[in-house]
Amino acid sequence: MTPARHTNRLWLAANAFGATLRRDLAVTRRELPQFLVQALIQPMFFLLIFCKILPSIGLASGNFAALLLPGIVGLTELMAAIQGITLPLVLDLGFAREIDDRLLAPMPVWLVAAEKVLFAALRGMVAGAVIFPAAWWVLGSRYAVRGDRIGVLICMIVLAAFAGSGIGLVIGTVVKPEQISLMFSVILTPLLFTGCTYYPWSALRTIRWFQVITLFNPLTYAAEGLRYAMVPEMHGHAMPTLPMPWVLAALAATMALCFGFGARTFRSRVVS
Amino acid sequence: MPNDPAAIEVRDLVKRYAKSNVNAVDGVTFSVRPGEIFGLLGPNGAGKTTTIGVLITSVLPTSGSAAIMGLDVAADPIGIKQRIAVVPQQSNLDRSLRVREILTFHAAYHGVPHRERERRADALLDELGLGERKNDRVARYSGGMSQRLMIARALMHAPDVLFLDEPTNNLDPQSRLFLWDRIRALNAQGLTILLTTHDMSEADQLCGRIAVMDKGRILVNDTSAELKKLIPGGNSVELRVSLPAPDAGAQVLAALRALAGVTKVDELDAGAQPAPDEEMDVVTYRLYAEKAPALVGPATQALLLAGAQVRDLHVKQPSLEDVFIYLTGRHLR
Repeated sequence: MTPARHTNRLWLAANAFGATLRRDLAVTRRELPQFLVQALIQPMFFLLIFCKILPSIGLASGNFAALLLPGIVGLTELMAAIQGITLPLVLDLGFAREIDDRLLAPMPVWLVAAEKVLFAALRGMVAGAVIFPAAWWVLGSRYAVRGDRIGVLICMIVLAAFAGSGIGLVIGTVVKPEQISLMFSVILTPLLFTGCTYYPWSALRTIRWFQVITLFNPLTYAAEGLRYAMVPEMHGHAMPTLPMPWVLAALAATMALCFGFGARTFRSRVVS
Repeated sequence: MPNDPAAIEVRDLVKRYAKSNVNAVDGVTFSVRPGEIFGLLGPNGAGKTTTIGVLITSVLPTSGSAAIMGLDVAADPIGIKQRIAVVPQQSNLDRSLRVREILTFHAAYHGVPHRERERRADALLDELGLGERKNDRVARYSGGMSQRLMIARALMHAPDVLFLDEPTNNLDPQSRLFLWDRIRALNAQGLTILLTTHDMSEADQLCGRIAVMDKGRILVNDTSAELKKLIPGGNSVELRVSLPAPDAGAQVLAALRALAGVTKVDELDAGAQPAPDEEMDVVTYRLYAEKAPALVGPATQALLLAGAQVRDLHVKQPSLEDVFIYLTGRHLR
């Protein structure tokens, strides 16, 4: 009954982490079409209406597409990451308890949470990345992304995804199953609309109070950082955005706070 | 490692949850030998779940210690998780996976090599009667099948100690008997099992030793047979006798009292259990003794000698349920 066992705790934990991630990836691979549809349908409609239909009937300017696309990428990433972790956690910690299997795997409890965060961030990154070909297809000649800041772009896609999964971890460990619908309206809706997705931050300077409010939303920094990396120069001028050091500092702070707090709430939900 | 450590060693364990002013577990000490089936019984809220929670690392002890196979639960949770397996009362099967994958992924989490986990999954599915439906989704599984699958999953990483929480609750009699057989077979292979249950016949059938818990404490901890001796005068022979003459009662009573080994004879109130067609000279006696079954022969003989006729005779043994109620009371929790 007792075969040779690995005795190195570090190896055991690393292996359990890897196997858990493989499990999540295997499940996602199986549900890939659903995942992509879920991730793409809303941004596609946004781009279609705001960047094609409205400009065509004269209600929006033609180069709005260039400003909106980074916002849509940031929003999609954040939402995909949050969806990848929040709902599963709320249900699992509430009653499904399917996560027990992984909590009893030979790894520290915080590593179970870390795997969830990494997996959700990967979902966010994929969802963000697939926007580009989809946007190119929807927008046609209006598709405009500068190609000389690709390094910054990749960095921003990664940071936005991790910020999203960090927020998702906190929500998922705090919200009870019976509060799910409340969560959507009370947490996600403000996050969606105050995040500088549909408008660049600098354009808000005439509405100072609202400009200040947007600074409390991590999505603002993700969207602005993506704008910095994506919006082409117009008439020889770069698009004014929030300074990149602010963007990076705010996203780093978001991640530090969310991971720290989320790991604690997660632990308190599974170990009493 | 100390030589031959206990499979489970719990010492002066106390758990008080935050925001509570009583101890959920209040100084519990017990140990389980390797290869034993140990039963933890108790009414709801007795502290069983918390005690097991500490052992499976999901509850942190307030004070005291707990160890499994010589490893301290608080100091080495990873080592503990490698050595234990848990079969919960309600299904927590991973419903995104197919049946066989549930087993192989579980083994992968525990670092079982690829080929070995494939082999074990097939063997266990066959052993637990699930071989034909290994590519199903769990959603289509019945309660009994889920339970068997959870046991198969628990065995995938070859644990030393298995925690079973009311394993046959809500199962049909066939599944129950099947699981009891499996549990005994696993135990025969050397697996240590800690079982909680409300089903007294289950505890009686499976457990070598049983601890009865209430209000966070262990009240008794012994074999089922020893526990039954706790009930005062629990072991008895009941005889229904028709007397040779209406006034022969005293003489018969004296004859029964004179039997070797009898500690006490009660003449039960005939009015308490009247049978309509019964003659007036039928009396019921209850004989208490250390070994009541041994009284059957001598008592019958003594009655014949006294000219009385035995109408009915049975040996009464207290059930585990009697013991449980005797120890923990009748009131609802």
